[in-house]
Amino acid sequence: MIFWLIAIASVPAALGMVFVRKAVHSALLLAVVMLSLAVSYAALEAPFLAFVQVIVYTGAVLMLFLFVMMLVGVSSTDSLVETIRGQRLATGIIAVAFIALLSAGLGKVVLGSAKGLQAANSDGNVMGLARVLFTKYVFAFEVTSALLITAALGAMVLTHRERTTPKATQKQLSQERFLGDHPTPLPGPGTYARHNSVDMPALLPDGTASELSVNPVLARRASTASLHADLHGKSEQEAIAEDVAAVKEIEK
Amino acid sequence: MNYLILSAILFTIGAVGVLVRRNAIVVFMCVELMLNATNLAFVSFSHQHGNLDGQIIAFFVMVVAAAEVVVGLAIIMAIFRSRRSSSVDDANLLKY
Amino acid sequence: MKAEGIQAASWLLIALPLAGAAILLLGGRRTDKWGHLLGAAMPLGSFAVGLAAFFQMLGYSGNARIRHLHIYDYFVVGNFKVDMGLLIDPLSISFVLLITGVGSLIHIYSIGYMAHDPDRRRFFAYLNLFVAAMLLLVLADNYLGLYIGWEGVGLASYLLIGFWQYKPTAAVAAKKAFVVNRVGDFGLSVAILLMFATFGTVQFAGVYGGIGHASQGTVTAIGLLLLLGACGKSAQLPLQSWLLDAMEGPTPVSALIHAATMVTAGVYLIVRSNPIFNLSPDARLAVTVVGAATLLAGAIIGCAKDDIKKALAGSTMSQIGYMMLAAGLGKVGYVFAIAHLIAHGFFKAGMFLGAGSVMHAMKEDVNMRKYGALRTVMYITFGTFFLGYLAIIGFPGLSGFFTKDGIIETAFNKGGTSGAVLGTCAVLGAGITAFYMSRLMFMTFFGEKRWDDDVHPHESPLVMTIPLMLLAIGSVFAGGFLVLGGFADFLAPVVGAQEHKFHWVSVPGTVTLLLMFAGVALAWMQYGARPVPREAPRGSFLTVFARRDLYGDALNESLLMRPGQWATRLAVYFDTKGVDGLVNGLAAGVGGSSGRLRRVQTGFVRSYALSMFLGAALVVGALFLVRI
Repeated sequence: MIFWLIAIASVPAALGMVFVRKAVHSALLLAVVMLSLAVSYAALEAPFLAFVQVIVYTGAVLMLFLFVMMLVGVSSTDSLVETIRGQRLATGIIAVAFIALLSAGLGKVVLGSAKGLQAANSDGNVMGLARVLFTKYVFAFEVTSALLITAALGAMVLTHRERTTPKATQKQLSQERFLGDHPTPLPGPGTYARHNSVDMPALLPDGTASELSVNPVLARRASTASLHADLHGKSEQEAIAEDVAAVKEIEK
Repeated sequence: MNYLILSAILFTIGAVGVLVRRNAIVVFMCVELMLNATNLAFVSFSHQHGNLDGQIIAFFVMVVAAAEVVVGLAIIMAIFRSRRSSSVDDANLLKY
Repeated sequence: MKAEGIQAASWLLIALPLAGAAILLLGGRRTDKWGHLLGAAMPLGSFAVGLAAFFQMLGYSGNARIRHLHIYDYFVVGNFKVDMGLLIDPLSISFVLLITGVGSLIHIYSIGYMAHDPDRRRFFAYLNLFVAAMLLLVLADNYLGLYIGWEGVGLASYLLIGFWQYKPTAAVAAKKAFVVNRVGDFGLSVAILLMFATFGTVQFAGVYGGIGHASQGTVTAIGLLLLLGACGKSAQLPLQSWLLDAMEGPTPVSALIHAATMVTAGVYLIVRSNPIFNLSPDARLAVTVVGAATLLAGAIIGCAKDDIKKALAGSTMSQIGYMMLAAGLGKVGYVFAIAHLIAHGFFKAGMFLGAGSVMHAMKEDVNMRKYGALRTVMYITFGTFFLGYLAIIGFPGLSGFFTKDGIIETAFNKGGTSGAVLGTCAVLGAGITAFYMSRLMFMTFFGEKRWDDDVHPHESPLVMTIPLMLLAIGSVFAGGFLVLGGFADFLAPVVGAQEHKFHWVSVPGTVTLLLMFAGVALAWMQYGARPVPREAPRGSFLTVFARRDLYGDALNESLLMRPGQWATRLAVYFDTKGVDGLVNGLAAGVGGSSGRLRRVQTGFVRSYALSMFLGAALVVGALFLVRI
């Protein structure tokens, strides 16, 4: 019973993960798959692994993915048009063949009924795991430490940027600022705080909207009307015009 | 048994994802999906045979996956920084 | 038996000249000033050691005269063991005395002869190297050591023929000598390999001890291969062509190497291997045929040459033909072969050195047609040359008379048709010898002056004439001393004892004497009584035939060189079209298919991943097929 729940949750989620356009959605669907797998671990008498799955995968690894996605940017929307000729067709054929072979192979294996882990888990799953891990697999366990250290160092080396110019001093920064276009800070978003959104441009004294006040990443978004509840269905331009009118009313 | 079939299906879906998606991050997620599918197979074998070795191997897979994710994402960052793209098809200079 | 006393030090025989060569070659220009003196002193030292060893040997009797001196184990490979040792027996000591004695005289002569040559030191170094190699050749107690010496003298011969390497003719002659000698050396090396395969050893003692158990075919094969080696080194037919060209070397070289010692190494080889030849009549017959053919061929060539050194070279060929003939005749023949060899060593070396003295006087001109009447200005040279001349034509009482008549008599004594034929050849050869030597004599020393205008002949210095005189004494007495003085008994421990008595008067001897006088008379009519033209006349067919060395070179060229060139061309064609075509085709095929296969490397990671996935599917499929 529980297997079918898991299967029904995980397979469509996995398929969705592969085929949705947006990377963020993929990540979220992956989270669904991982959580359902955690449930299946629990069902297979591996409670510790189930928690580790939730904590490490769904917690740490997926968060890492989301962070990178944030850094890489919003452009991480894929076009789903294939550019390599025949890639999809070949992939489909091979995938079908692969799963057919694998299922046929599994189907031929006579496994009998599962033994279950009551005996192995008699002192508790964690105790059992620890007993095996720190006796039989202790060398592999030690080796993984080297792997993790190496991976950490590798990540640091890869993301490290060598500073090629000396770090700018306070003086230099202020000189740069006064020689540039904007001695003053950039205008903040949302004049008079009539809207609680960072993507609404600020109004300049003459009543025009300042593009500078909005983060360029956010400014690239075409339509935000549907996303802002406090605009009450109006478009951005209409909201701004309304705001200007309201300010002029007060001044009178 | 069923879990093994499920594991095979998820693995294949992951492989297909690796092959058809171009966003490096998504490709990576698909690789993670494949690793998770193998983990499921290990755990179900562990349950089948009544010992904990399969679970231990699943642990090691997780460790390797974590290391791989760290390094892989760092590489994606490095590539993105120099090429302003996270498409795996854009990094195709090493060819005939 | 082991060598004792001074014989135990007979390694010095080889070591002294070898050290001389090493010092002179390694010392370089620093030794220029005194190099020739050291070079001449070394063979003298060897001669002293050789004499001492000889006299010690005379103190023993019978087989006790054969002494071994073990030096070291040359190498041991599995059960193949070569002891490097020296064999001091009557045969080798005879050679040692000849080589060091005549060699020393020639070294001394060379001091004067090469006085004006800037490379005199190098010349002496090579001469010393030659003496060392030649002594190793005759002293080694195994065929491998003999072979080392054999190759060593070949090297020295090559270096000395090409000593004036700036002359293209000398360089070519040196190369020719080396190449032709290679053919003979090949025979010798195969013979040695065959000995090892048959007897498991190359020691003389081991080979001769086991020769009785070998099959007749093997013995004959070894004998014929040894004969091939001897033919190469001793310029016997059909490998004779190099000797005449070898006269390009300095005259002392011609005297030492190409008359007295090295070219007789073939005779030594056959006499030394007498246990092998004793068992194989076929091989012996081949030796006699080669010897008889060469003695006639050499004599005929000698008749037509105007170059004094080439005429003498033809004579050398002919005389070695006599020795080979004798060596092929069996037990008695061995003794006469060696006796003639030693006598020849004296008179031919003397005449070569005399010729060198004449050339020295005539500004290095070798054309006899420009000589004439030299007896009037070069008394010592003329006198010594004349004694050598009498010795070689077999004038009664001088060396050649004893040894050559001995050979002729032995040939007739062989009996049967072959004996008669060989004997007739030898008698005829003696007549022709008298003719060409008289021709040489008359053209050079008699008649009127035909000198070039700027030539003013003079007698050579004492350092050159004293060796001439000593050699002349040897020419007169060596043959009689050996033949009458019991040389046969002296050699008996090596070649076996035999009954032999020298006949002062015999039928073949008388015929020979008559033919000799006829030859001298004919030469007198042709060259003594009539004036000799300065330019060579066209001559009859026979003359041209002889001038061209009996078409030996032409024969070699048409039989060996041309087919060789064709074979080479064919091989080159096959190589370029066949082998290279295959290789290049393969390369082009691989290159072309790689060029197409290269397109698979698209640079898209996903294509690579696809092929990996395909591979994984195939592995699963394979497992499915195999395991289930």
